[in-house]
Amino acid sequence: MTEKKKWYDFLWVFSLFYLTMGFFNILFAWLGLICFFTPLLISIGGGKGYCNRLCGRGQLFSLLGGRFGLSRKKDIPRWMKSRAFRYGFLLFFLTMFSVMLWNTWLVFRGADLRQAVTLLWTFRLPWHWAYGGGAAPWVAQFAFGFYSVMLTSTILGLVTMVLFKPRSWCVYCPMGTMTQLVCQLKERASGGEGASQGFGG
Amino acid sequence: METIETRKRTRRRASVAVRDCVACGCCVKVCPLGAISVRRGLYAEVSDRCVGCGRCAAECPASVITMVEDGTSGEVR
Repeated sequence: MTEKKKWYDFLWVFSLFYLTMGFFNILFAWLGLICFFTPLLISIGGGKGYCNRLCGRGQLFSLLGGRFGLSRKKDIPRWMKSRAFRYGFLLFFLTMFSVMLWNTWLVFRGADLRQAVTLLWTFRLPWHWAYGGGAAPWVAQFAFGFYSVMLTSTILGLVTMVLFKPRSWCVYCPMGTMTQLVCQLKERASGGEGASQGFGG
Repeated sequence: METIETRKRTRRRASVAVRDCVACGCCVKVCPLGAISVRRGLYAEVSDRCVGCGRCAAECPASVITMVEDGTSGEVR
């Protein structure tokens, strides 16, 4: 586009910075909470402006899949955009998130800190080199857990970027599904047209 | 009358399958005319400014945008 780029068009740098820093100092993972709360707050305020303006991860996929051509640019399978899959993935994601919070709680209560990053909810990789101490064990545990979530979702996003369209992640992104749900619930509550058209069902 | 009919240009425009739209706004970003927007975080909506260039359809990660001849509805429910 010929349109002049705005400051928020470069938020992919933040995303890249975040992913890189996790390899050096895991405590940077806490910054990821920004990507969790900002879209939610924006959706409560009204709208999904976060997705197309502020989402650094989406921009990163756009860049890699679009400009760098690392995408087949094929249609995503029908089942992946179905509500069942999107809501199911959101539920799964929230469950795994709760497990992560529970582990943080256990460490807070005195359990041993596990310096590992779990990829795809299965593979536990040693990650001790990214933590030199200095923080409360539960603070570090949360960082390891949160970074696991972020890295896992980035990997999934990269895989679907290559297989389908660059921003295929956006179709089943739990934050996207959640913010759309918030908007739908708001619409229902206000008795808008979304209510009459069965959105949110 | 017939001449007028044959000279009439068929216009293309984007049509959104609203039920499957994930409201990510990727289409908004690529539209050169600002003719598509996300309605209250629910789904994408096409305005009359659309000239049917098809960039949004190519970009849409969920592939829910198709190009239709003018006269048909801009939204599929």
